Amino acid sequence: MNNKITGRAYVLGDNIDTDQIIPAEHLVYSTSDPEELKNYGRFALSGVPPVEAGLPEGKKPFIKENGFTSEFSVIIGGSNFGCGSSREHAPLALMVAGVKAVIAESYARIFYRNSVDGGFVIPFETPVKLNNVFKTGDEVEVDFENNTITNLNSKKTYSLNSLGSVYDIVKAGGIFSYARNTGMLAR
Amino acid sequence: MGMTITEKILAKSAGKSRLTPGENVWLNVDVLMTHDVCGPPTIEIWKKEFGSEAKIWDKDKLVIFPDHYIFTENVHANRNVEMLRKFAREQELKNYYDPGTERYKGVCHIALAEEGFNVPGTVLFGTDSHTCTSGAFGMFSTGVGNTDAAFIMGTGKIWEKVPESIKFTFNGKMPEYLTAKDLILHILGDIGTDGATYCAMEFDGEAIESLSMYERMTLTNMAIETGAISGIIAVDKVTEEYLEGKVRGGYEVFRSDSDAKYLKTYSYDVSKLKPVVAQPHSPDKRALAGEVSGTKVTKCYIGSCTGGKITDFRFAARILSGKKVKLPTYIVPGSTSVAKMLTEETYDGATLKEIFLKAGCMIAPPSCAACLGGPSDTFGRSVDGDVVVSTTNRNFPGRMGSKNAGVYLASALTVAATAVKGSLADPAECM
Ligand code: SF4
Repeated sequence: MNNKITGRAYVLGDNIDTDQIIPAEHLVYSTSDPEELKNYGRFALSGVPPVEAGLPEGKKPFIKENGFTSEFSVIIGGSNFGCGSSREHAPLALMVAGVKAVIAESYARIFYRNSVDGGFVIPFETPVKLNNVFKTGDEVEVDFENNTITNLNSKKTYSLNSLGSVYDIVKAGGIFSYARNTGMLAR
Repeated sequence: MGMTITEKILAKSAGKSRLTPGENVWLNVDVLMTHDVCGPPTIEIWKKEFGSEAKIWDKDKLVIFPDHYIFTENVHANRNVEMLRKFAREQELKNYYDPGTERYKGVCHIALAEEGFNVPGTVLFGTDSHTCTSGAFGMFSTGVGNTDAAFIMGTGKIWEKVPESIKFTFNGKMPEYLTAKDLILHILGDIGTDGATYCAMEFDGEAIESLSMYERMTLTNMAIETGAISGIIAVDKVTEEYLEGKVRGGYEVFRSDSDAKYLKTYSYDVSKLKPVVAQPHSPDKRALAGEVSGTKVTKCYIGSCTGGKITDFRFAARILSGKKVKLPTYIVPGSTSVAKMLTEETYDGATLKEIFLKAGCMIAPPSCAACLGGPSDTFGRSVDGDVVVSTTNRNFPGRMGSKNAGVYLASALTVAATAVKGSLADPAECM
């Protein structure tokens, strides 16, 4: 795992629930068939109301028409990201779309766990709200040795909460690899 | 510094003498529960990760209740149940409750209690966000995703961040028009759908002690609606009586220390509270039933793990006895034993079932039914333009079927009063 992620930011509001991340009607696709799996990327964040999609202006689709992956690899949300049903397809859809990290003030617990333990995306918490200081399209760099996010356009750096003991699971790429690395499970 | 009941139970499960909120610990899981929606994908992950010769960490601790999509022609849904059936046979699982047989139980969270899997002082995980229901039994219980469940299936272990606790004390005597549902909807109106994110909600006080186990389960069931990891109520005489003959061997009773640390404490006088509803489309959009009385309604629904217990049907019978409903009213007992009780328990000389049928209600066999919408042939499913008043726990758009329907969450008293009046009603006015 690289210690830095660079990419473009996609900014969202508070209370982004799992239905906005991947609407229930799209849960029919197989997660093991690579061709079917792509559809999770295609419909990632398709439930976000247009005016709130890609803040501050909105109406910036996360996935371009007929696309399967996104030009944005870092999501910056507000509070209670991932609330609602416990579907594991939510962080999976973000990963398939090409998202590497989510930065939010707080998360719903099951979404946070699913992200970390399934090795889908890295969920960083922030001590203060950051979805009002970043704009959709900003080039950002997330540094998880130093726990910071830098806006490469404005050169401003903000701190992230340390991943704490979840760091090791994130680094391993999920709970199963973690358990194998530590000898908890046989390889 | 003292410890909360949740910290004590988690410490025991982690093999530690004390824990501090915020630290991550590995827990030994006592019971893992799954159902027909999340069971099949969990089993797939487990097979992929542990290989075709994989062994379940402890067969007797895995409990499977198919309950979500049971009475349907839907091919996908039936394929899922068939997969569980095959798995249970292969693995020789004794705690598999097959639909279509005498062993079928109904909604998992009610069945866990009835079948004696809720044991004070233990740790239970389930692939369902409402697994927090079991906390009514002085135990730690919470929901996880499929990957976590697969990990538990293979190892019996899982990591968890020790939560901070928030205490809700209910003092006073419950008025006859008030139920546990009103208490939790009241809290939701106060703290919102992320008001207790990652915290354990602890309930106590004189009013809580007066509640039956089923009513207590309504409170802990909806802890997840505030973002909480769990809800918990310490064991008392009511718990002990319920558990008699259900739990083999002893169990350990934990209580919070008087100097335990809470993130926040709330205190209510129940004698001052009124029946409330959650308006569409969020469980925290609270209004007094009296304030929205007269609102147009198209369907009434009494069922689910939140509002399909025998206590809910006793409430409903009190209002429906000798009356006729003016709206289509759907009744779904939460479990097969609740369904049986409806034919045995009487009120004013008639069984509860007779009362409901005479009033003009429709009764379905036990399952989750329209609580989460379900396949298109699901009993009670909402259609475009519906306004449903329901005893269930969530009212996000589309939850009971149509995205173009609205759902009011309410107590069984409020739903029954609404059915009789023909528009949203305050039960306090007809008692
Ligand atoms: S009754 Fe509703 S809330 Fe309860 S387990 Fe079934 S679907 Fe979930």
